Amino acid sequence: MTQSNVAYQVMWNRLISVVEEQAQALVRTAFSTSVREAGDLSAGVYDVKGQMLAQAVTGTPGHVNAMADAVAHFIRRIGPDNIHDGDVYITNDPWEGTGHLHDITMVTPSFHGAALVGFFACTAHIVDIGGRGFGADAHSVYEEGLYIPIMKFADRGTVDETLTRIIRGNVREPDQLIGDIYALATCNEIGHRRLVDMMEEFALSDLDGIADFILTNSRRATIERIAALPQTAATGEMTMDGFDRPITLKVRVSVEGDRIVSDFTGSSGLDKKGINCPLVYAKAYACYALKVAIAPEIPNNAASLAPFEVTAPENTIVNALHPAPVALRHIVGHFVPDAVFNAFDKIVPGLVPAEGAGCLCNFQVSLRPRTDAPAPSHARRAEVLTFNSGGSGARPGHDGLNATAFPSGVMTMPIEATEHAGPVIIWRKELRPDSGGAGKTRGGLGQYMEVGAQEGHEFDIQAMFDRVDHPARGRRGGQPGAPTTIAQDDGTPMRGKGKQFVAHGRRVLMAFPGGAGYGDPAERPKALVKRDLARGYITADAAARDYNLTPEDIAAVLDAVEKGTAP
Amino acid sequence: MAKPTLRLGVDIGGTFTDVVLEKDGVPFSTKVLTTYVAPENAIIDGMHQVCAKAGVAPADIDQIIHGTTLATNALIERRGAKTALITTQGFRDVIEMRTESRFEQYDLNLNLPDPLLPRQMRFTVAGRVDAKGQILVDIDRAEVEAIVDQIAQAGFESVAVGLIHSYLNPAHEELVRDVLAEKLPHVAVSISSEVSPQMREYERFNTVVANAYIKPLMASYLGRLEDRLQAEGVACRIFLMHSGGGIISIQNAADFPVRLVESGPAGGAVFAAHIAARYGLDKVLSFDMGGTTAKICLIKNQTPKTSRVFEVARTYRFKKGSGMPISIPVIDMVEIGAGGGSLAHVDALRQIRVGPESAGSEPGPACYGRGGDRPAVTDADLILGKLDPDNFAGGSIQLHADAAKSALTTQVGDTLDMDAIEAAFGVAEVVDENMANAARVHAVENGEDLSEYTMIAFGGAAPLHAGRLAEKLGVDRCLVPPGAGVGSAIGFLRAPFSFEANRSVYMKLSDFDPARIKSLLTDLQAEATGFVRTCDDHSPILSEFKVYMRYTGQGWEIPITLTEEQAMAPDAATFEARFIEDYTRLFGRPVDGMDIEITVWSVNATTPPDPVARTDETTGPDMATPSGTRPIFDAASAAFTDAKVVNRADMTTGARAAGPVAIVEDETTIIVPASRDAICQPDGCIDIIPKRAAR
Repeated sequence: MTQSNVAYQVMWNRLISVVEEQAQALVRTAFSTSVREAGDLSAGVYDVKGQMLAQAVTGTPGHVNAMADAVAHFIRRIGPDNIHDGDVYITNDPWEGTGHLHDITMVTPSFHGAALVGFFACTAHIVDIGGRGFGADAHSVYEEGLYIPIMKFADRGTVDETLTRIIRGNVREPDQLIGDIYALATCNEIGHRRLVDMMEEFALSDLDGIADFILTNSRRATIERIAALPQTAATGEMTMDGFDRPITLKVRVSVEGDRIVSDFTGSSGLDKKGINCPLVYAKAYACYALKVAIAPEIPNNAASLAPFEVTAPENTIVNALHPAPVALRHIVGHFVPDAVFNAFDKIVPGLVPAEGAGCLCNFQVSLRPRTDAPAPSHARRAEVLTFNSGGSGARPGHDGLNATAFPSGVMTMPIEATEHAGPVIIWRKELRPDSGGAGKTRGGLGQYMEVGAQEGHEFDIQAMFDRVDHPARGRRGGQPGAPTTIAQDDGTPMRGKGKQFVAHGRRVLMAFPGGAGYGDPAERPKALVKRDLARGYITADAAARDYNLTPEDIAAVLDAVEKGTAP
Repeated sequence: MAKPTLRLGVDIGGTFTDVVLEKDGVPFSTKVLTTYVAPENAIIDGMHQVCAKAGVAPADIDQIIHGTTLATNALIERRGAKTALITTQGFRDVIEMRTESRFEQYDLNLNLPDPLLPRQMRFTVAGRVDAKGQILVDIDRAEVEAIVDQIAQAGFESVAVGLIHSYLNPAHEELVRDVLAEKLPHVAVSISSEVSPQMREYERFNTVVANAYIKPLMASYLGRLEDRLQAEGVACRIFLMHSGGGIISIQNAADFPVRLVESGPAGGAVFAAHIAARYGLDKVLSFDMGGTTAKICLIKNQTPKTSRVFEVARTYRFKKGSGMPISIPVIDMVEIGAGGGSLAHVDALRQIRVGPESAGSEPGPACYGRGGDRPAVTDADLILGKLDPDNFAGGSIQLHADAAKSALTTQVGDTLDMDAIEAAFGVAEVVDENMANAARVHAVENGEDLSEYTMIAFGGAAPLHAGRLAEKLGVDRCLVPPGAGVGSAIGFLRAPFSFEANRSVYMKLSDFDPARIKSLLTDLQAEATGFVRTCDDHSPILSEFKVYMRYTGQGWEIPITLTEEQAMAPDAATFEARFIEDYTRLFGRPVDGMDIEITVWSVNATTPPDPVARTDETTGPDMATPSGTRPIFDAASAAFTDAKVVNRADMTTGARAAGPVAIVEDETTIIVPASRDAICQPDGCIDIIPKRAAR
């Protein structure tokens, strides 16, 4: 290595810092709760060919590969000769962006001197894009909202006012959305300025040298990891509830020297409802699952992602083509890692976790003044979206995480903030005992939630839950996690997905799923069983039934809790 | 009235307890090893040492100001009291469920930090307040009494009370407190509406739990300290440094010990702010680099930037989200795992990584020759000529260049095909870049451009790295003050009496209610002023008004400072104009058509700062006489250069040394790169400035 390699080391560090700054700027200026509270966003820097050099780890894996591919689409669509300083490009194309109309991707070319030196791109999940609203109810993408093909948002610094007027005229919260679009543009601008600073400091006229350094090292490191694996193939499969009928995800993972191919042949066909998944998004999660398992510390870039190849037959649930409805593509996407792990566990046993809750347990509440009787004058309309998580699957050496998102990277919101967003009342949000599948290591606990409205309101709840009929399955003798349940407080049953009415005075009781266990519960150390009992992660019944804890031991633990001596 | 003339500052740190006695403005300082079992012993020992140096008796001391990491350490090491939480039914697990996310997405074996209290120590009670502060379900006293009986039976020493929306209506929390006081008078009680009346249940509950958890320990320590000092003849009052950079009474400290967390680093920031005032600098970056971590803080208009929330006890590579949030007024600092002891290795990507793992003092860096075989930053500094192996720590530790060279070669150089020098250069560049990135990100987050800033560098390792850091950040000027080794303790002596009161109350500008605002701010002012009055019964007390605002729909508030007139005669147009001004500065452009809302209100009451005499700055006309030369690696030119060596004692006022130069003293070495010169200012600061452009 020469001295300039020390400089390249510094520059690579710097580029990662630049995209983290870019992402932070977005979190702080965005209006959509999904971005600002939940971190559902992504930001990255690219070379002139559209190869991703660095990506912020802030945000969610769903954008990983999708973002990596997006800039090449922009270069092709805009045309290399049509790219100018001061331009900003935009799209929400589910197939050339990140999987549904609710993700806006913006790309800004970066000029240094007079030359194009690279691109910045960022993506954010926005709350509304018109159409039927965020949900699975559409029958085609045309009903899901406004479609913005790859085009110029700004041309040499001038914003396309025709475009902004069309956008404003087609969405429910025009000021918010335009605010978000500007936030995206601003975050690219911040990245660009920092890149120019770096190029001046190191007297660079282009990024060719550093790009080559990053991509060569990343490719080599990734391929080393793949080469060290057993060169073999295995198939994994899992079934999820789907909307009206179960969906099967089937994947054959094949380790082939310098690449790993995940082939989803055999997975279910398209669904009528908007839970179909474009390949970019399924690819993002398949890739995440493999990368987190075998190459977690290698940063995401074109070269570290390329060896993870993903294929699926057209118009399957994981490769939905236009014009299939795709608004809730995250539900299928979030189960992709469980399917991939089921295959990979046969290739490298003892590395990946048991199945977990999988998709986020999100719901949106649409409140309005009661219609069954005169409503009080203060009653109002409001939309409230919440993000919640079940338990993650048990790991070979660790219990699953309680009420923690996996594979998604998003956060929940404080209920005190949620209750400020509209006349909703969250009566309960706490861990769900006995929901983690028993095992040598236990699945993570799911959670209970109970939701109602302020006096004078009724509401619709848009449910986006799975694992009602297909709870997480254990590995190597581990027991399944508890399934999702949902009903009203008077016992009225409800469905796991879709918009459902809740009358004035009623509450919705939800129990979100637990992760599955790993290994034989009989091998779980008794000290941990006692600890779980003391904490109330498991009940006395479960301690006796699943772990054979004796009545004497159970009594001793409960007595210690009462005396305050349980650790 | 003038401040007392004989004042003692005491900073208990992880390794050393620093004691500074200031007699008529002249400092006498010492460092003694921290005595973990009874931290007061080190204080007494240090106090006698500095009293002897100054020729005074403990009874002559007029004021003692104390800061300590004991509160932080108790939280990190989980050495607090047996504590229970009483919370709202349905929300037993708020402090355990956190944000329901993973702070590191690429680790399948990630574990989240355990909450301070396990689940069986968390009790729930029915009763519910809504988002407007109205009572939805009343609390049942009989149920509370039954829970308190359970708590009594289990023998808890301290109880935290955190109920949903209590920051809007504390009635239920106060009822629980009263029942506890009646039935368990000897148990410590902390309620969230007093400790941290801010929205967001996870942060607020965690803060009240942390307060309760360390309260018995801190109360007993502070009581013992008072007794011991009295026994040694001390007759003056003792005050505590808090995390917001001010001083509170020992009683307030015992009631709200969570406010003592990070008081040591806060003292460092106050120290830097004081130097900024001496030089009339309005934009300062304080850079404090020790053995394990580096801390960076922005100081504008001679006031350290503050924040409402910070994270303590990070468990995973100092990563954001891996600790626990504490919502109290705090000096806003970035802390990263970069210090002299930080260890370097090469990862799978053939990238050099430095820290956060540290060699500590045992075995220490490889060059200490105590068996360490992994290269630390200090090893790189030695190989690059920044340290003199024969004169480290005043010659008390002999450094071994061969051991450093071998560690760098085997752990870094061999993998990367570099020799020891190149490997050392790589390690130094990476650690400097890590610090520079942290500073850049912090600046961007605050809408600041560092090229307009002056750096103030202190802490043992800072003078070795400050010059290169300034080059990387495009910072022109860097001051290295004397006494940098005990900077925090000196900072304590510069801090005002202050207390910040906060409250979360939502208000949109479209529903602007001047009468309510005035009454709210008046209440907060009275509360904050009351605390300060208990410390100082005569000085005027200034109030600083701040509101946190955002566009409705955003999740990130920005602090807007208001003048007393703006605060006491509130006007929506003024609030809007102030918000748009600051928003535009931070994010480039305002957003049209959105309503604006206020979320948090804050008043900081403080005694006026002492007038600071401006340093009469010299341009450094006299060239200092070097004591010799040695080769030092210059990072900017990536080559060794023949650098002069100047003894700090020879840097008298007005003396100039032209870079590349090493200014050496017992405590540390100041490395001035080839691009800069150093001047000794009248107050003893070494002023590092760019060489004048050749004309």
